Amino acid sequence: MSDQTHAAGTYSGAEEQTSFGFKLRSLFLKHEWLRGYLLLSPTLLVMICLMCVPLFMLVAYSFWTQNYLDIDKTFTLANYEAYFQKPIYAALMFKSIRMSLYCTFATLLLAYPMAYFIAFKVTKNKLIWLILITVPFWTSYLLRVFAWKVILGFNGVINSGLISLGIISDPLEFLLYNPTAVVLTLAHAWAAFAILPIYVSLEKIDRSLLEAATDLGDTPKERFWRVTWPLSLPGVIAAGLLVFIPTVGDYVTPKLVGGTTGIMIGNIVQSQFGKANNWPMGAALSVISMLMITILVVTFIVATTRARAKN
Amino acid sequence: MSDTVSKAGSDERGVQAPQVIESKHEGHSWTGEAPLFIYAVWYLAFLYIPVLFLPLFSFNDSIYVAFPLKGFTLQWYADMLENPALLHALENSVKVGAGVAIASTFLGIFAAKAMTRYRLPGKGPLTSFIMLPLVVPGIILGIALLVISNTIGVDLSLYTIGLAHTLVAVPFAMLVLMSRLEGFDKSLEEASLDLGENAFQTFLRVTLPLAWPGILASTLLTFTISFDEFILAFFLAGNEVTLPIYIWSQLRFPNRLPMVLSLGACILVASFFIVTFSEVIRRRGVGTQSGAAI
Repeated sequence: MSDQTHAAGTYSGAEEQTSFGFKLRSLFLKHEWLRGYLLLSPTLLVMICLMCVPLFMLVAYSFWTQNYLDIDKTFTLANYEAYFQKPIYAALMFKSIRMSLYCTFATLLLAYPMAYFIAFKVTKNKLIWLILITVPFWTSYLLRVFAWKVILGFNGVINSGLISLGIISDPLEFLLYNPTAVVLTLAHAWAAFAILPIYVSLEKIDRSLLEAATDLGDTPKERFWRVTWPLSLPGVIAAGLLVFIPTVGDYVTPKLVGGTTGIMIGNIVQSQFGKANNWPMGAALSVISMLMITILVVTFIVATTRARAKN
Repeated sequence: MSDTVSKAGSDERGVQAPQVIESKHEGHSWTGEAPLFIYAVWYLAFLYIPVLFLPLFSFNDSIYVAFPLKGFTLQWYADMLENPALLHALENSVKVGAGVAIASTFLGIFAAKAMTRYRLPGKGPLTSFIMLPLVVPGIILGIALLVISNTIGVDLSLYTIGLAHTLVAVPFAMLVLMSRLEGFDKSLEEASLDLGENAFQTFLRVTLPLAWPGILASTLLTFTISFDEFILAFFLAGNEVTLPIYIWSQLRFPNRLPMVLSLGACILVASFFIVTFSEVIRRRGVGTQSGAAI
């Protein structure tokens, strides 16, 4: 920044024009993209140092072993072998993916009509509706999950409420500490994440296409399935990925409301860094999770783009 | 593309919202609208009611979180104020949040300016790259940062938490600021440059004053993100803890539950107001500026 003000004063000096600073300056003036990258570089540097480097380190760790407190840095596949030898790991991985898929599906199903409502039906005060659905998303994730523990608990809101209303006499035990509680809580916690991408894709739809469909004799139902739904698919897919990817590795929700049957891969990863104290194994489990997620996501994207190209 | 239509029909200048056609159908599509409206209200209830139980029971004069409510008390709030560990965690959270807000908004301004004002080759992949922390599961980022701190011998402290929070806050800061920068006329900056100001002066005297609602919104949002963030802090906290970690540590003790509820209620209310305020200035700002830009 400041070298531009500085260089502005040096135009007159002929000998200055050959200096390195001048060359650099004219290079930046000539190429717009260089200036853009210069502006972007601090952010990129932060992302590389705080995300890429640590993730590479994590991958490196997964090929090492831990001897009590010391890390043995000789290359080994032992952690990955352990993953395939102990069926509990793979079982947990698939269970996490399955629960995450249920949660994603539930979230999308719930979010779509809401996004549709805001995009097409709300004409006044759209801003208020948008703010109302985005605000919970910014507020503490921990507390939103904790709220469900309070609600579903043995002596929680639902049980005590139903008992004091005289509907049941003993607390329902199936509410908390099971996979269903985890899926429900996750679907609630990630709801706002799903609405926005769907809303944006619906909002973008050219309204004259809808009019054309109606003019050509489509009923509202046909119009929805033949025009609106296909055009909103990119938003639905984006929303699905935004919910699916982070929920697979979630730690807080299964820990608070999952009990023993509701634990997910994130809890096992955490225990390797806590009680089990086997960092390399934890690293290997994270790398495998990331790989599984990536493979699933890429397959899904390729499949949907193929299917769309076919139509 | 459909700019002319959207200008005519929409009341929301920030988003392209051509309402012309829809309003034409409004007369007879009311039957289709009522169920959706009811659904929307139910959805909002689903979104908000679970969370509202925290403030409700925080005033309940009982150690158990259960119906029927016993009576009104402010006891748990008083307990909170007399708890030095809690107040210390609060202080830590505010420190980290303030640092994160400043750092990520600062980085966000540069990135947003680069993304909106320059023709960058590879802009799409770069944007996705900066957005990555949003989709990488928090636990993986947390342990990756833990592992690297351990390898290069950095002690865990509030600074490590702050760095991790900056990483996840930058994408939000950039998004908020990008929508703000896109919202006002680029020619204002060009005019300033044509009139002889250099790039830095233009940035200081044209871009910043026009972008300030975005900057304020970004500062508030990133502060809230850091203030409420748990999982990264959980892995990266040394001896000093932040408020969410303090809450987590208290969940083990059933007799502290009411105090956790009142603390949670305070945090929720504070977050709610900060975020609502920032959303209002952000979204309203984009609208009026693009409409009123001369």
